[in-house]
Amino acid sequence: MSQFLDAIFAPGFFASAPVRAAVVVGAVVAVVTGAVGVFTVIRSQAFAGHALGEVGSAGGSLAFLSGTNPLWGYMGVAVVAAGLMEVLGVHRPRARDVATGLVLGAGLGLAALFLYLDTTSSSTTGVTVTILFGSLFTISQPMLPDIVVLSAVALVVIASCYRMLLLSSLSPELAAARGVPVRAVAIAYLVIMAVAVSLAAETIGTILATALLVGPPATALRLTKRPGGAMVVAGLVGVAAVWIGIVLAYDSFYWPPVDHGWPVSFFVVAMVFVFYLGSGAVAAWARARRDRRVGALAAMGESGCEPHVDADAA
Amino acid sequence: MTDPRPATDVDDAVLSVDGVSVWLAGREVLHDVSFRILPGQFTGLIGPNGAGKTTIFRVILGLQAASAGSVLVGGRPLDRHNPIIGYVPQKVFFDPDMPLRARDVVGLGLDGHRLGIPLRGGGRRQAVERMLAAVDATHFADSRVGNLSGGEQQRVLIAHALISRPRLLLLDEPLANLDIRAEGEVVALLARIAREQRIAVLISAHDVNPLLPVMDGLVYVAAGRTASGTTQEVIRAEVLSALYGQHVDVLRVHGRILVVSGAEGESGVTLEETPGGTAAPDVVALR
Repeated sequence: MSQFLDAIFAPGFFASAPVRAAVVVGAVVAVVTGAVGVFTVIRSQAFAGHALGEVGSAGGSLAFLSGTNPLWGYMGVAVVAAGLMEVLGVHRPRARDVATGLVLGAGLGLAALFLYLDTTSSSTTGVTVTILFGSLFTISQPMLPDIVVLSAVALVVIASCYRMLLLSSLSPELAAARGVPVRAVAIAYLVIMAVAVSLAAETIGTILATALLVGPPATALRLTKRPGGAMVVAGLVGVAAVWIGIVLAYDSFYWPPVDHGWPVSFFVVAMVFVFYLGSGAVAAWARARRDRRVGALAAMGESGCEPHVDADAA
Repeated sequence: MTDPRPATDVDDAVLSVDGVSVWLAGREVLHDVSFRILPGQFTGLIGPNGAGKTTIFRVILGLQAASAGSVLVGGRPLDRHNPIIGYVPQKVFFDPDMPLRARDVVGLGLDGHRLGIPLRGGGRRQAVERMLAAVDATHFADSRVGNLSGGEQQRVLIAHALISRPRLLLLDEPLANLDIRAEGEVVALLARIAREQRIAVLISAHDVNPLLPVMDGLVYVAAGRTASGTTQEVIRAEVLSALYGQHVDVLRVHGRILVVSGAEGESGVTLEETPGGTAAPDVVALR
C-alpha cells in the first residue's frame, strides 16, 4: 500500500511547504471559480471572463514593476476593465462582444508595455511566463490570507445575488417584471467574475484563468440539473483538477528532462479538459440509458411513448 | 366608454388605461390608448406584429414611461414592481443547458427577486406543488425546462407568473410557436384560471381565432391605436378601417374571422398583412 502511494506521491511531496500552499490555495480558488463560473456558463459570458483574466496581465506586470503582490494587480485591472466593459455596452447583446474585445485589446496593449519594462528592468523573461501561465508553486504563505478573504467575499456576493442571478440569467424580461434590478445584478456579477478570474490567474496564470472559470462549471452542468448542485460539482471537479495537476507536476521533476518539472498549469488545464470530455461521455451514456428505459416501457404498453404529453388540458 | 362591460363602479377595474400615448425615438408608437379590465375578465389584445402590443404591456408593467395618459393597476398608480401583476413575456427561450427544473422556475416566481439563497421551507414547496398541479405540470416538474416542449414551457411560465397570486395576468403572444393542440390546451388552461381564481387575463395575439371561444372582450391594436369592446363591437369593417386608416374587410368563415385589406371599388379581395402569416387569400387564418 505504501509502495503504491510512493509511486503516486514522489518523495518529499507532503513535506514541501510550496506544495502545501499550492494545495490549499488551489482548492480555495477552485471552489470560488466553480461557484462563480456556473453563472459564467449559463449567462454565456465566457468571453468576458476570458478578457477579464487576460487584461489582468497588465496589472500583474505593473505590480511586478512596483514590487507589490501581483494578485492585487490582476484584480485592480480586472475590476476596472469590468467597469469599462459595462460603460462600453457589454449589457447590450449586440455590443457585447465588441465592448469585451475592445477592453481586452487595450488591456493587452498595456500588458505588452509593462512586460517589456519588466524584462528590461530585471533582465529576466521568467516574470512573463509566470504572469501569463502562472506558477502555483511560487505562491508564498503570506499571500494566503488575502486569497482567503477575497474568496469569501466572492462567495458571499454570489450567495446573496443567487436567486436574482438565476432569474435574470433565465430571462431578463421575466426578472425585470418581477422587480429584479437586472442591470445592477449584471454589474455586480461582472465585478465578482473579475475577482474570481484574478484568483484563478494567481494559480494558473492570466491566459489560462478561464480554463478554471469555465471548464469545471461546464463539466458540472452536463452532470446535474440543479444550479446549487452544479456549483458543488464544479467546485469538486476544480479541486480534483488542481490537486491531480499538483501531484503530476511534482512527480514530473523525475520525468525527462530530468530536474526540470513540467509546468503545473499545463497539468491543471489538461485535467480540466479531460474531465469535460469525460462528463460528455457520462451524460451521453445516461441519456441513452434513459431513452432505452422509456422506449422499453412504451413497447410494453405500460406507458405512452411520450411520457410528458399531457392527457388532460380541457 | 371603451370598456367591454361597463363597471358599476370605476374602482372595480383591476386595470384601467386612460389616454396613454408613447413616443419612442421621435415616433408615436401608441396614440391615446384607453381600456379597462375587470376582475376575472378574459381580454384579448389583438393586432398585427409591430402594432404596439408589447409596448402596451411594458407601460402597464412600468418598464416604459407613458408620454401622456395614466395607468391605474388595482386602482393605484404604477410602481416599478407591482405584485398585483403577473407577466409572461414574449419568446422566452429556455436553453437546454440551463440547470433549472420546471419546479425551480415556478419557485423563482415566488422569491426570485429576493436576496440570499432559498431556504427549504415546507410552505414554499407546497405552494410550488399546488401551482404545478394547477397548470397540469406535475408530471414534468423535475425535468429541465430547456428540454420541455413549447406548450409545457408556456405552462411553467404561467405557473411562474401566477404563484405570487396576482390579480392581473399579462401574457405576450403565448400562443406563438405552439402547435394547434398545445395552443388549445394553453387557451383552455388560461380560461379556467381566469374563471376559477377570478384573475383578470390580458393576452396578446396576432390571430384572434384561437381566443374566440373564451374571450369576454378584446382590445384591437393597429398602428398604435386601439379600439375595445366585445368581438362583435370591435371586429367590424368600419371600426378596423378607422384604426388602420385604410379600408379593411372583415370576413366570417365557419365561425372564424378574417381581417383583410380591400381597396374600395375593387372587385377582388387583396390580402392584408395577415394574422396567421403570409398565405394565399383563400387559406389565410383557416388553420
